Amino acid sequence: MGTILFELALTAYFAATILCIIEMFRGGKGPSRLVLAITGAGFFIHTLNIVYRYATAGHLPITSMHEASSFFAWCIVLIFFFLEYRYKIGIMSSFILPIVFVLMLSSSMLPREIHPLSPVLQSYWLGIHTSIAFLGNAAFAVAFGIGLMYLVQEHHLKTKRFGGLFQRLPSLQVLDEINYRLITIGFPLLTFAIITGALWAQSTWGSYWRWDPKEVWSLITWFIYALVLHIRMTVGWRGKRAAILSIIGFVLVLFTFFGVNIFLKSLHSFS
Amino acid sequence: MNILVVGLSHKTASVEIRERLAFNGQKLEDGVIGLKGVPDVKEVALLSTCNRVEIYSAVHNVSSTAEKIKDFLAEFHQVSRSDFENSLYVHSEVDAIRHVFRVSSSLDSMVVGEPQILGQLKDAFDFALTKKTTGVLLNKLLKKAISTAKRVRTETRIAENAVSISFAAVELAKKIFTELSGKSFMLLGAGDMAELAARHLVNYGVTDVKVANRTYERGCDLAKQFNGKAIAFDTFLKELVFTDIIICSTGSPTYVLLKEQMQKVMKERRQRPVFIIDISVPRNIDPEINKLDNVYLYDIDDLQEIVDTNILGRKQEAEKAERVIEEEVKTFLQWMSSLDSVPTIVALREKAEEIKREEFQKFKDKFPDMDEAKLKAAEYLASAIINKLIHPPTVALRTDSEDKDELIAMIKKLYGINGYEQ
Repeated sequence: MGTILFELALTAYFAATILCIIEMFRGGKGPSRLVLAITGAGFFIHTLNIVYRYATAGHLPITSMHEASSFFAWCIVLIFFFLEYRYKIGIMSSFILPIVFVLMLSSSMLPREIHPLSPVLQSYWLGIHTSIAFLGNAAFAVAFGIGLMYLVQEHHLKTKRFGGLFQRLPSLQVLDEINYRLITIGFPLLTFAIITGALWAQSTWGSYWRWDPKEVWSLITWFIYALVLHIRMTVGWRGKRAAILSIIGFVLVLFTFFGVNIFLKSLHSFS
Repeated sequence: MNILVVGLSHKTASVEIRERLAFNGQKLEDGVIGLKGVPDVKEVALLSTCNRVEIYSAVHNVSSTAEKIKDFLAEFHQVSRSDFENSLYVHSEVDAIRHVFRVSSSLDSMVVGEPQILGQLKDAFDFALTKKTTGVLLNKLLKKAISTAKRVRTETRIAENAVSISFAAVELAKKIFTELSGKSFMLLGAGDMAELAARHLVNYGVTDVKVANRTYERGCDLAKQFNGKAIAFDTFLKELVFTDIIICSTGSPTYVLLKEQMQKVMKERRQRPVFIIDISVPRNIDPEINKLDNVYLYDIDDLQEIVDTNILGRKQEAEKAERVIEEEVKTFLQWMSSLDSVPTIVALREKAEEIKREEFQKFKDKFPDMDEAKLKAAEYLASAIINKLIHPPTVALRTDSEDKDELIAMIKKLYGINGYEQ
């Protein structure tokens, strides 16, 4: 049952991604309602899948890489719909949905079985710490997509070539504003995730901070986004530089999420 | 009589020369009246805008009068002739007519198709009318110039060009700022096209308008139009810190804004984006500025290119406009030549016919018993005599010659024909 729901959601995201990429290159007025409808359907099924796994496992399904990737993707779609509702930037789907699809695809390739929860994770912190962390990461993921959009539009305006996506991309100001807002949402969430993580670590491992690779890389990511916000407020780094920093930031997020688990030995290897 | 145009424009003269030779305010009246006093200038009208100064006149001797007009300009503006002589153009006859029509139709404008020049020409014409400095020839020429411009506007899409350029500027601004309302705006320098683009931006809700012009009074006039405020030209750099959109058209031969200066400005405004449109030819803003982050600099060619990709066949429209102008030049030339000879020929013939009628009447009164056949013979004789008499002057009038004006004047004098009506 869970598998079918997951496959259905994956298929829907795949179809929506292919569709919006085709639309992007065909120069349609995009995003067709079709893309939004398919994504919406996928999101609904995806939600059911998560609820189903929650019910089966009895805790937030976020304890394996498969579940974590899936939940990460789910958070991104959630933010995507919120932005689409608020700003109505059709072309945004072409930049965000591929990220969702890639996360879902990697999730689909990882073992799906539900393991009994290890005693370390049996805590009310699990739901709080992880959902906050992933919402923050999702905000950074969308900021990455928006940053890319900014760079493309900036390139159009600087080189004075007005083919391609120029007409369909929104103004630089709007992109910069969204980028900024996402980071101002993501940053406190990340901060909160680190704090709750520390508290949780204290209660289970007996110390707040153990220089675990996950912790270190999270901290590095935190510094990057702190830098983005700080420089913006002091010197006024915005626009292109902010967009580039938010792209770098997301690369760090991805490394913290996947890279640490693959390349480094971490206490967080369960997720 | 001949039509003579002496003038300079953005194509031939730098802004310094244009500003020094401009006829602003009281100078316009003094200039027109002064020019009317130049020997051999029978009719005159004076057009003075940001981008051009032109003197339209009706004269007998083209080359010598052109020299006198140049002398007048030097004396009137207290400028030595050598300073501006190379910037002047002199047109006469067909070239002069064509030039006036091309100017009025905005084919000679910095931005082809901008509509303001026609209004300015109308104003110049009205002013000359109130000062009574024009006559039959220039009145006809300027009226024709206005109607030609209207024809060009309705029959071609040339006017869309300038509007499109302003529109392109607005579209670009919207891709940078989303909305123009609440954005601050500065007009740097003044020019016909800059004014048009500025008006467009103001219509789209740009607020906080500042005008910096070398001539402060002119800046004030413009600022009033846009509900803005005039600032001294040398303070514009400080104001840039608070300006989001700039239209520049100072016409200076060198850059008025350098990269280093803009870099400082950007630092002070904490990198908030700036959109700069440089309409000037040659450019007034260092193109390197476009390389700075958050600065978007567009010159007139960039905007024209955007418009060109939108409107296909702009060249065809220009060619169409040129054809319209050639047609109008032709009809005007026909009118001019008819003005010279035909009315005089007609008047001459009428004069002769009148003499014949009067004398024949006297003859009939003297010989009331004369029979019909003899009367007819006498009338035939009278007709033959007047025809023979007016034949040589008529032929002379019909043939083109250098001294036709003098010939007409002489014949009128000899035969006692007054004025030259149409």
